[in-house]
Amino acid sequence: MTLALYVPRSSVVHRMHAGVKLLGLAVLAVLLFALPTLTAAGAALAGVLAVGLLLARLPVAVLARQARAVRWWLLALLVVHALTTDVRTGAHVSLRLLTLVLAAAVVTATTRVNAMVAVVEWLCAPLRLVGVRPARVGLAITMALRFIPVLIERADRIRAAQAARGGSPRGLRALRTTIAPLLVQVLQMAHDVSEALDARGADDVPPPRRRRSPTLETP
Amino acid sequence: MRFRRPGAVGTDVDVADPTRGIELRGVGQRYGDRVVLDGIDLTLSEQRVGVIGANGSGKSTFARLLNGLVVPSEGQVLVDGLDTRTQVRAVRRRVGFVFQDPDAQIVHPTVAEDVAYGLENQGVPAEERAVRVAEVLARHGLAGHADHPAHLLSGGQKQLLAIAGVLVMRPARIVFDEPTTLLDLVNARRIADLVVGLEQQVVVVTHQLDLLDGFDRVLVIDRGRVVEDAAPGPAVQAYRALMADR
Ligand SMILES: Nc1ncnc2c1ncn2[C@@H]1O[C@H](COP(=O)(O)OP(=O)(O)OP(=O)(O)O)[C@@H](O)[C@H]1O
Ligand SMILES: [Mg+2]
Repeated sequence: MTLALYVPRSSVVHRMHAGVKLLGLAVLAVLLFALPTLTAAGAALAGVLAVGLLLARLPVAVLARQARAVRWWLLALLVVHALTTDVRTGAHVSLRLLTLVLAAAVVTATTRVNAMVAVVEWLCAPLRLVGVRPARVGLAITMALRFIPVLIERADRIRAAQAARGGSPRGLRALRTTIAPLLVQVLQMAHDVSEALDARGADDVPPPRRRRSPTLETP
Repeated sequence: MRFRRPGAVGTDVDVADPTRGIELRGVGQRYGDRVVLDGIDLTLSEQRVGVIGANGSGKSTFARLLNGLVVPSEGQVLVDGLDTRTQVRAVRRRVGFVFQDPDAQIVHPTVAEDVAYGLENQGVPAEERAVRVAEVLARHGLAGHADHPAHLLSGGQKQLLAIAGVLVMRPARIVFDEPTTLLDLVNARRIADLVVGLEQQVVVVTHQLDLLDGFDRVLVIDRGRVVEDAAPGPAVQAYRALMADR
């Protein structure tokens, strides 16, 4: 499983500023809700596919994977609307969701995590006033992206180790017997990672400026 | 501009003497009642220093003292004359650290981004960062993986990546804590060759005794004390003799 979905290519879409792409995504979402028609959603979907496949030259599989991930949601929306309102609304609502999911996939696949995080840090900049360090927010996001696959792998390993010794719990029990050892590993790892961050100079950046004048500090 | 903190008065960060090496003066480390290291007086100025000893003898604690990850409960550790207690930032810029488990030291999702991390911390401008990252990746055979997710690399490649992330920061000295323990023979050999070929001073904690061939000095640590301090041959022999009695 991969959370870093970046697909390296040299295309205009890849070169476009991450902020512009994220803004585009937001605008698209607003438009899709402001113009609630089947035609608008269909046109938007065609547009997203054109940008993703033709302009950014992403493999069909990358987008297909994202569509498959939400297929049951799409189906459920369609069915619920067909039963409560009508099929046309159902089709429209599911098409809109599909369009947004694919648009988000195009943005993630054409934007490096770093560039994306830089935008988030920029958006967080005003929070500096209340003592938040935007770089830390960015680091938290990238680290989550980095460690979710690692944790999934560790969980798999624990399950395999238990299975090797004859344990094959299912359901809630499986959850419980995996979570306790996983938690122990996660805590150990969190300690190791914090040491590694220190060793690589995570604290090298001086803390946010102090208000007191330096001359007052030296007696 | 650098503001002086009250504790830092009179200790100028820029005064470092690279000829002094790493000095441990009367160093002891205890956790509660447990004495983990005791009475260590050493100057490490050789280019390649090995550290061996039984499990739990204090090797990792010793290694962590050298870049200020652990501050000694007694005595002091000086790196090029800089005290790890008061000048830890300057010390960490001079002493890189590579851990046993590469998974714990790769903090960014893709290879190139991870290598760039330490440089970002040092405030290196983006263009220079890109150049230095590309250079290090190329030198260590990771150039083709720049945009790959780190967790899809093999164990050996992950450790290479972890080392690349340290080398890119150009520290004068690098401490390795069992860098080859989790690797297969081929990858362990590869990492060992890399370590031995580095131009930096290296301090290597290891259980892989053949890695120490050609080292300038090997310390044997036992129950928190340095019990042997010699060339690799005699040191390894002393270590084997020590372990034979247990
Ligand atoms: N933070 C800590 N708190 C309490 N005890 C600790 C701490 N760190 C290490 N120790 C103890 O100090 C002793 C030495 O640990 P250390 O990790 O330095 O050994 P080591 O020689 O590296 O062993 P190994 O070969 O197994 O890696 C161990 O008994 C350990 O339990
Ligand atoms: Mg150890």
